[in-house]
Amino acid sequence: MSQPVLDVSDVDKNFGGLRALSNINLQIKQGTTHAIIGPNGAGKSTLLNVCIGRLPPDRGAVIFNSDVITGRQPHEINQMGVVRVFQTPAIFPDLSVKQNVMLPAFAKRDGAFRLNMMQAVADQRQLESEAEHWLEDVGLLSHQHQLVGSLSRGDKRRLELAMGLIQKPRLLLLDEPTAGMSRHDTNTTIELLKKIKLRGMTEVIIEHDMHVVFSLADRISVLAQGQIIAEGTPEEIRGNPKVQEAYLGGTQV
Amino acid sequence: MTFYKTRKDLLYLAIFALVIVAMPLWLKPFGAGYPDLMQRFMIFGVFAIGFNILFGMTGYLSFGHAAFLGAGSYAAVWSFKLLSLNPIPALLFAMVVGGVFAALVGVVSLRRSGIYFSILTLAFAQMSYSLAYSVLMPITHGDSGLQLANTDPRVLDRLFGADGTLPNLFGLSMHGMYGFYFCALILLACFYFSMRLDNSPFGMALRAIKSNQTRMSYTGFNTKPYARTAFIISGMYAGLAGGMLAVTDPLAGAERMQWTASGEVVLMTILGGAGTLLGPFIGAVIIKYFENIFSAFSDAKLNEIFAFLPDGLQDFIVMIVSPFVGEGWHLTLGIMFMLIVIFLPGGIMEGCRRVMKNLRRRSSEHPTRRSQLKPAE
Repeated sequence: MSQPVLDVSDVDKNFGGLRALSNINLQIKQGTTHAIIGPNGAGKSTLLNVCIGRLPPDRGAVIFNSDVITGRQPHEINQMGVVRVFQTPAIFPDLSVKQNVMLPAFAKRDGAFRLNMMQAVADQRQLESEAEHWLEDVGLLSHQHQLVGSLSRGDKRRLELAMGLIQKPRLLLLDEPTAGMSRHDTNTTIELLKKIKLRGMTEVIIEHDMHVVFSLADRISVLAQGQIIAEGTPEEIRGNPKVQEAYLGGTQV
Repeated sequence: MTFYKTRKDLLYLAIFALVIVAMPLWLKPFGAGYPDLMQRFMIFGVFAIGFNILFGMTGYLSFGHAAFLGAGSYAAVWSFKLLSLNPIPALLFAMVVGGVFAALVGVVSLRRSGIYFSILTLAFAQMSYSLAYSVLMPITHGDSGLQLANTDPRVLDRLFGADGTLPNLFGLSMHGMYGFYFCALILLACFYFSMRLDNSPFGMALRAIKSNQTRMSYTGFNTKPYARTAFIISGMYAGLAGGMLAVTDPLAGAERMQWTASGEVVLMTILGGAGTLLGPFIGAVIIKYFENIFSAFSDAKLNEIFAFLPDGLQDFIVMIVSPFVGEGWHLTLGIMFMLIVIFLPGGIMEGCRRVMKNLRRRSSEHPTRRSQLKPAE
């Protein structure tokens, strides 16, 4: 049994009196897609925030490839290869679509900060071609010169995805990657994520759309009120009465 | 693609250079074609272009930039006194001092952003201003200002047997037209550098810091060093501008560090268009031009201008206009600034863009409108 890529152990997080996460244990294995589902307010996004260093946990630790990443700066965690795709598109409105994708590639190339003025000022062709490649994959190449403010919400989500993928992450955290997309775009995104998975990418995905979850996930964890109430393969989760009561609402999916 | 972009940049630069070099010709009808004023256009252009790298690109509003300008002036005059009357070592020294000073101020003030950053920089600038009048008297000579004297050591000049009493570039006086062209050359170099910076991945990172700094860190950037570098570059520009002031007029006083001077460069940048390349320079030219025009008017001159009016009316008009000119020209500046901020938040550059858009739309709409109207007739 190999070492898990991401190991969340005994994590607690409180917001005032609210217990957002309690005693979370989660192991994610290399090359798998792990879905986290649960009702709104279950603590899914909080869990991702703890993983990328946005929120410090009150107790416990997050270990990525046997390095403890709790307490590190967000940019350090990103440079180690943990990349998050945000739920609400957090893009740079003053830049064009292509520049938005070039930026993470620039971060990847030059690290968190390297004062290499000559290269930083002169060379952008390589970044541009990289950006075009990924924009083509998410189907935004024809929009590359637009300012991102004029994109639709679904297109912004796809842009977010390209911004994550261009960094060639070792662990990709996806926060509802298909929310706000049409059925057609959702299916395209599923295909894209499957393709990436074949290249050996490890993915953690938060999703409400069960169609997406059951087409992608190898394992599913169910989160409710800050606790993991079930974990297993999609078949096991589908058949679990506790999950049906808490989340799937008793209906067969 | 990249090659094409660079060529477009060069074309842009060439046109800009032509406009600058021809300034003595086309500024003459406006009564601004004399070297002293044009030098000031160049100098404050450099100051504003540098300020724009920090404010327009990175989004940090510094209210203490004049401190770097003042430091640059002192550095340049000291270089004249100790080393040589040649402006080149003076300007290099001024840039280094501006940059080092900015690095020191940046360590503290860049810990905060937004309004707290502005207040920290303002505090630093006012502190430097007071220090120049007290503790740092041996360096700044306080009220009387730092001046050249015949007893100065001027080590290098003595060594090479160069003489003269005013700054000169191997014998070329830096006071008149040569001074203007020297400043113009520096301005063009500064403009080109800021253009390259803007088009580069580094400039992209700065613009991203402006729009969403938190997201930057989740993209793997450590944003602090980027902001710090922008601050230092901008401080070096300010130091250089201060040095140029000393080159054209070798006297450094602490009033250059006062907060009004810092406020002025903010006005220039916003007036011209923050975040654009050309805007800050245009803003600097306009403000320096109007300062020159309006502050020269006196009551006597106003009476002369309105002499054609009946006596009572003449006195009345002069009474109304006089607070806006001469010493009170800042009132005019304030009104101008308010109008721009309210009606053209993007500055003069946005105004130009709107006019261009309107013209283009009108020319393309014209035939269609006519064809639409015809059936109705």
